[in-house]
Amino acid sequence: MRASAALVAATVTALPAAAATQLTGAGSSFDYPFFSKAFYVYNQKNPNVTVNYQSIGSGGGIQQFTAKNVDFGATDVPMNAQELGRAGEPVLQIPVALGGAAVAYNVPGVSATIKLTREALVDIYLGKITKWNDPQIAGANHGVKLPDMPIVVVHRSDGSGTSYMFTDFLSHVSGEWKQRVGVGKSVSWPAPSSVGAKGNEGVAGQVRSTPGAIGYVELAYVVENHMPSATLQNRAGKWVSCSEATVAAAAAGKPHVNPNDFSIVDEPGAEAYPIASYSWVVVYKKPADSGRARMLYDVLSWLVSAAGQSNAKSVDYVPLPANVQAEALRTLKQMQH
Amino acid sequence: MSPIDRGFAAVVYGGSVLFALLIVGLFVELVLGSWPSLKAFGPSFIWHSAWDPVANKFGALPMIYGTVVTSLIAIVLAAFVGIMAAVFLADFAPRWIATPLSFLIELLAAVPSVVYGLWGLFVLAPLVRTAIGPALQHVLGWTPLFSGPIYGVGLLTGGIILALMIVPTVTAISREVIAAIPRDLREASMALGSTHWETATRVVLPAARIGIFGACVLGLGRALGETIAVTMVIGNRPEISASLFAPSYTLASVIANEFTEATTSLYISALIELGLILFLVSIVVNALARLMIWRVRGSRA
Repeated sequence: MRASAALVAATVTALPAAAATQLTGAGSSFDYPFFSKAFYVYNQKNPNVTVNYQSIGSGGGIQQFTAKNVDFGATDVPMNAQELGRAGEPVLQIPVALGGAAVAYNVPGVSATIKLTREALVDIYLGKITKWNDPQIAGANHGVKLPDMPIVVVHRSDGSGTSYMFTDFLSHVSGEWKQRVGVGKSVSWPAPSSVGAKGNEGVAGQVRSTPGAIGYVELAYVVENHMPSATLQNRAGKWVSCSEATVAAAAAGKPHVNPNDFSIVDEPGAEAYPIASYSWVVVYKKPADSGRARMLYDVLSWLVSAAGQSNAKSVDYVPLPANVQAEALRTLKQMQH
Repeated sequence: MSPIDRGFAAVVYGGSVLFALLIVGLFVELVLGSWPSLKAFGPSFIWHSAWDPVANKFGALPMIYGTVVTSLIAIVLAAFVGIMAAVFLADFAPRWIATPLSFLIELLAAVPSVVYGLWGLFVLAPLVRTAIGPALQHVLGWTPLFSGPIYGVGLLTGGIILALMIVPTVTAISREVIAAIPRDLREASMALGSTHWETATRVVLPAARIGIFGACVLGLGRALGETIAVTMVIGNRPEISASLFAPSYTLASVIANEFTEATTSLYISALIELGLILFLVSIVVNALARLMIWRVRGSRA
């Protein structure tokens, strides 16, 4: 009897300590694999905090954040002035994840890696280059026998941060693209032979099942699925393939990245892969609940640290370079906690 | 009426009124949500064909076209297969075949649509590109409907996937309508010396035609609103081309694709207006189907 009473007492007193605080976040699906891995690791070390992240898309994430339904939002493109105005109070935007878009292709009979100049990639997506043996492609691929095969241009049909960085890159390279099409998560794709596919898996599937197809997918996706992807010429004129190292090099060349100057496409570094981009976490500068604010600060400062970023590698994402980690932490420290 | 009956009536009435209110509420919400777009584009939204979120220019015509054409392809294919299957199940198949077969056909309706979509992308689309498409083009390539490059994904593939998804609906309802045709009619026809084929095509099907039509329109209603499976095989290009091999877009697909990442208010409201158009089209189609089925029931009573 006394033993069981003691047991009950012990259980009752143990409960408050065991009940973890749940922080919630919502937004970008790009961040999801990295976040679920990182927050799981964090929870193993800090059992008193769990983070529940809903991968509902950046637009939805910003809405949920603005409505104060979640503790933090995540978005592939920083919130703009209009969106910040709707939030109604000061917001901090912190780069937390880094990604690149690889250009995958399906050209039967070609085993060598195809090289594409920046101009050739633009012209393919503008619909000006329509065959794989076009002189503009052949010129960069001496010794490779390219087939006389029509190019099928594949793009994301769902609004996505990957489309944003890809069109951002094309706009940096070509005035015509910038003027005719522009930059966006969804754009009006000009190539007459273009096909839209849903999600990275949709684009990859479409490319794999269509001879002559070309399409852009997230780096992690080509790594995990062993798809051939093109070597691109960067602004320095060097040939670079999409990899963790080259994407990190693009980011490291611009340490003072901030929500007003966030683009890291077409960076000048010799090693820099030209199609890269950050994803951002948004938090209020003065969260209403100071207890949760403290925990949120702890989680996010760990996430942008070397320890947090090391989880990116295991899911084939790219860790933030050390100088960007420092910059992210500096911004985060403005948060009242 | 006893108090219990009165209470029961109140509950039943309440339930139906609630549904009516839900539909009205949905409509009002859609109109309110699409107000900025209704105001900015007016009726021209329906016949403009640009869909450019960057320039904030929106028009629904390519999506309306894609929705209507894929649904028509679906209903033509599904009606043919579904009615054949229904005649077989109701009049020809012995019971030990008919029962498990009807069960299997109805089971098709329980397959999640994303599974149809993935199958469509990885199996059907390559098949259309390498076999079905070239064969059609070889025979019918002189018509604009079957000309041009074959991507695999496009209107035809979307239509075939939809057909698979609505065949269970068409078959199940048609079978019931055919089974409801009085035996006397068949016996009279056979007694006059008709063959099975003549009885089925000249007596049973004409008698059941309105109910079968209703079944098809119900299937059509489902095809109009189907989203994920079509999105995966339609090609998602907001463009109107005569060729059935060309990529296209449907109303439901655009919403599914772009709603989560849409940010500007005009963009969001243009997407909601697509929803409004889809809602109106679906209501008209479903109302037609109901009307047809009621007429059949009425004539039997």
